Amino acid sequence: MEPLRKTEKDIHPMDDLLRMDRIPHIWCPGCGIGTAVTAFAAGLAKAEIDLTKTCIVSGIGCTGRVAGYVKLDSFHTTHGRAIAFATGIQVANPDLKVIVFSGDGDLISIGGNHFIHAARRNINMLVICVNNFIYAMTGGQVAPTTPLATYATTSPFGCVEPPFNIPYLADSSGAVYVARWTALHVRRLTNSIAEALKKPGFSVIEVISPCAMYYSRINRLGDGLDMMKFYHDNTEIRHGEDTKNLDIGFQTKIIVGKFVDRERPTYMDSYNKWLSGTKKD
Amino acid sequence: MKTNLKAVLTGTHTLSGNEAFIEGAFAAGCRFLAAYPIMPAIETIERYLKRSAEVGATFIQMEDEISALAAVIGASWTGKKSMTVTSGPGFSNMMEHLGLGVMLETPCVIVDVQQSGPSLGIPTRAGQGDMMQARWGSHGDYEVITLSPSSPQEMFDFTIKAFNFSEKYRTPVIIMSDEYVAHKKEKVIIPRADEIKITPRRYFKGQKDKYLPFKRDKDFVPRMVDIGDGYKFHVTGLTHDDKGYPIMLEECQEYNVHPILWKIRNDTEKIIEFQEIGTKDAEIVIVYYGATSGAASKAIKQARDLGIKVGSLKLDTVWPFPDKKITELAEKVKAFVVPEINYGQIVSEVERCSYGNANVVFVSHGENGIDNTEDIVSAIKLALNEEKIKKGIIEYQSQTGRV
Amino acid sequence: MKANPRDVNTGTYYMDGDVAAGHGALAAGCRFIGGYPITPSTEAAETFARIAPKAGAVFIQMEDELGSIASVMGASWSGVKTMTITSGPGYSLMMEIIGLGAMIEAPFVILNIQRGGPSTGVPTKTGQADMMQSRWGSHGDYEIIAISPDSPQELFDYTIKAFNLSEKYRCPVMIMSDECVGHMSEKVVIPPAEEIEIEPRRFYNGPKEKYLPFKPDQDLVPKMVKAGDGYNLYITGLVHDERGYPITNQKEKGKRQQFPTRRLVDKIRLNADKIIELNEEGMDDAEVVVVSYGISYRVAIRGIEKAREKGIKVGNLRLITVWPFPDKKITELASKVKAFVVPEINYGQIVFEVERCSHGQANVVLIPHGGAGVHNPDDIAEAIEYAVKEKKKIRKVIEWKTRLEKFVFEGGYKLNK
Repeated sequence: MEPLRKTEKDIHPMDDLLRMDRIPHIWCPGCGIGTAVTAFAAGLAKAEIDLTKTCIVSGIGCTGRVAGYVKLDSFHTTHGRAIAFATGIQVANPDLKVIVFSGDGDLISIGGNHFIHAARRNINMLVICVNNFIYAMTGGQVAPTTPLATYATTSPFGCVEPPFNIPYLADSSGAVYVARWTALHVRRLTNSIAEALKKPGFSVIEVISPCAMYYSRINRLGDGLDMMKFYHDNTEIRHGEDTKNLDIGFQTKIIVGKFVDRERPTYMDSYNKWLSGTKKD
Repeated sequence: MKTNLKAVLTGTHTLSGNEAFIEGAFAAGCRFLAAYPIMPAIETIERYLKRSAEVGATFIQMEDEISALAAVIGASWTGKKSMTVTSGPGFSNMMEHLGLGVMLETPCVIVDVQQSGPSLGIPTRAGQGDMMQARWGSHGDYEVITLSPSSPQEMFDFTIKAFNFSEKYRTPVIIMSDEYVAHKKEKVIIPRADEIKITPRRYFKGQKDKYLPFKRDKDFVPRMVDIGDGYKFHVTGLTHDDKGYPIMLEECQEYNVHPILWKIRNDTEKIIEFQEIGTKDAEIVIVYYGATSGAASKAIKQARDLGIKVGSLKLDTVWPFPDKKITELAEKVKAFVVPEINYGQIVSEVERCSYGNANVVFVSHGENGIDNTEDIVSAIKLALNEEKIKKGIIEYQSQTGRV
Repeated sequence: MKANPRDVNTGTYYMDGDVAAGHGALAAGCRFIGGYPITPSTEAAETFARIAPKAGAVFIQMEDELGSIASVMGASWSGVKTMTITSGPGYSLMMEIIGLGAMIEAPFVILNIQRGGPSTGVPTKTGQADMMQSRWGSHGDYEIIAISPDSPQELFDYTIKAFNLSEKYRCPVMIMSDECVGHMSEKVVIPPAEEIEIEPRRFYNGPKEKYLPFKPDQDLVPKMVKAGDGYNLYITGLVHDERGYPITNQKEKGKRQQFPTRRLVDKIRLNADKIIELNEEGMDDAEVVVVSYGISYRVAIRGIEKAREKGIKVGNLRLITVWPFPDKKITELASKVKAFVVPEINYGQIVFEVERCSHGQANVVLIPHGGAGVHNPDDIAEAIEYAVKEKKKIRKVIEWKTRLEKFVFEGGYKLNK
């Protein structure tokens, strides 16, 4: 019989994919980011890709810390610039698969320009956007995804700005793979990540996540478990749904599923075609 | 280490500063450019694209200057020598990532083709108003290496030097060009590839699981690896330990940031280069750099014809600043004359280092722009006639005076 | 002009510096803040967002710091007093548009609650390493005013002063506070509105057709109008003439005129004496002067006390306005004292200015600190003691080796236990 390595409870199948020397992590109890990371790690294992040639880039924020816990070549960069940083990596060495793992504020607000441009160029990267509807790291300010009339510390009288519909934004900017899941849909999220990892081009997976510390506390929505119950009762899977119809209001129904899966030449495909053209001249 | 042959355009050419820069970059082994178009740096991108296919180099035009530098830092970690080109407004946008480059200790080169500022200023006119920005523009403490070429030939030579410095010290290096140098066409001699000295990247060669991305060698410079080589390293812009993991402690801040400064500050003797002419018997020394070189050299000649003992100190590296040299000269000479196309930047460094031993006369950006030979000659005379040592910079008032 | 009672929440409070700055901005008549959340400045934005609506002011959270500062610039030309709130990384992003603000002479205030840098650094802890950046961070030549408060009360008072200066000189004014002051809770007294003096905007009152947006008054500052008042303004970041029209050749029409950006630096340099505010104590017989600002000043007080207990004559100079730098004052002191001791939470920034202005007459000792904490007063006391004893004139900044440095690099400190 093979001896137990340490004690059984010390071993976890994902130990090889995570930086165990950095655990415990910084996320609060009830947060959904940990679940997203678990799904990501499971997706990585499932996709059976070369992990040496895979790297992860994060921006700033709660989700921005993900890169630091994943055992790949990992980069924790500046606020909003994860996609731009990842673009450099991908274009300079097209053999690498780059994952950008960051939050809604980081990717859609301060990094919004890079998001749409990378989608337009169809840079080969997977963007996992954890959407908790709020800036959690800085203490609960209004985000570009905060639903109308929702409270946040910088919208003390209720949010007056309409939020972004992330799948619609990604779709209309040219992303080749767009899906949305919540932190409750662990199995489907894992499958989606595994699928998107193998897809060449700009893929976006939005992960709706509870923020028990700020979003639900300011809006009196209970704890993380209550939010999970809410997702259970109020999400509907509609694969292939037109991304126009995916707006999220305050505590309204959330439509999840895989919405876009199409083929477009990636940036490097087009670039190499151009390059081989000039070489002949 | 020697460079690839196609990349080095050996021979004698007539090139503008911008073109010479690209040739220098290719010769130095640069294979990645991310940029955003801006006057007057635009010709660099054109030249790069013209040559990129045969050299095997990659270009991407990013959506703004912020992302351009972010992409360059990302690309550098894949093992490619990387750079970006810009001008004043774009350089301002890059300030946050200059700090990231310093914190991640990423070798990269930034060229700032200076224009007349602030803000949009005059995009087609030369300026030297970004010199202090290069040193102080990003938040937090850091040191940079800044080179200031004054001709297309220097542009070529300094670009190679810049890449070598960036690899040697694992730091962003800035080339402060300007519109005048960038557009001036002159003879550029490109040597044979085997005559060009290239500093290779300092790679880590130990066991994979032993790699620490910020473990410093004796000279405080850590070693690098490439993404995709299986080291599974982590780096962050947060204050970090040797592993690259963030630690939010005062002690870690000291441990992390102080050596980033030391690696440059302790090695200034090896970095600083200047050209010193006729300072042995000089009464007046002209301190200049970059685009002012033309007018300064003419002025020196004119002043010498008048029998004034004028020496010159041309700064090739502006940062780190040659403190010691200026302090040493200040004890011997009567005054420094500093012409700059701005309203006083490097001149205050000269004032600082002269310790009240010599007067400092400043010739500012006058109505004639860079053609201010007459003003410089008059300033030399002014400096010569000033008997007492004044506390503070003496500003030479050109004929037009203040508003 | 006095403050509007509607804007002033008169009373005595126990609040932190960020909150006090939010109240100060409103009291000064600020009507627009564009901001973006960043630790450790967020509380100021949150406070303003909460108290602004009842005074008819607006807070908008923009998509990034570039957006924040640009929106502030626009709001300023629409006729209201404006501010943005940020910290190091956001401040770096604002650099391009700070230059625009200087060029179009829009009055606005930036509150920078500094944190440990460079890059993301230590977001939750203090630093003073953006001081040179505030002066030199944007490209091209311009001048700014920078104020460094040392307590929540001062963050209230000097926020008002910052608005007043920005209206008076039509230039960017930076409140360079730090995390310690921003997150420090102390008594703050908000006086009644009639005791708060505020500077109104310098509006132009002449005939419409005669208005030139960049024609300066005697003090080199031009008068403003609002967008939407029928002046058909043309405002550009290109170098422009008095009409605001871009000029690419300054010899236009054969007129010999000074390059117009010269005025942007002159309006501050020539008015420096009126702007500079210092606090000095114990200078009469001082042998050593401690020069400090912000939170370092409060730590320095303890260091000075310790040195005085040993009988050393120490003067205490506090820079309330850091930029424009008090060149004359330092030069004057340098001829009287043996040395300057400069404690700052960075590895040497303002100390170089002190070195420059002392013109080799006094030694200059830097007590560095990388950030994420404040100095140990014992380091300051020891450095003072050394500075008094040092007979030689040393031709460089003397960098004091602090306890922290010794502990980390020589004391066997282990980061990963």
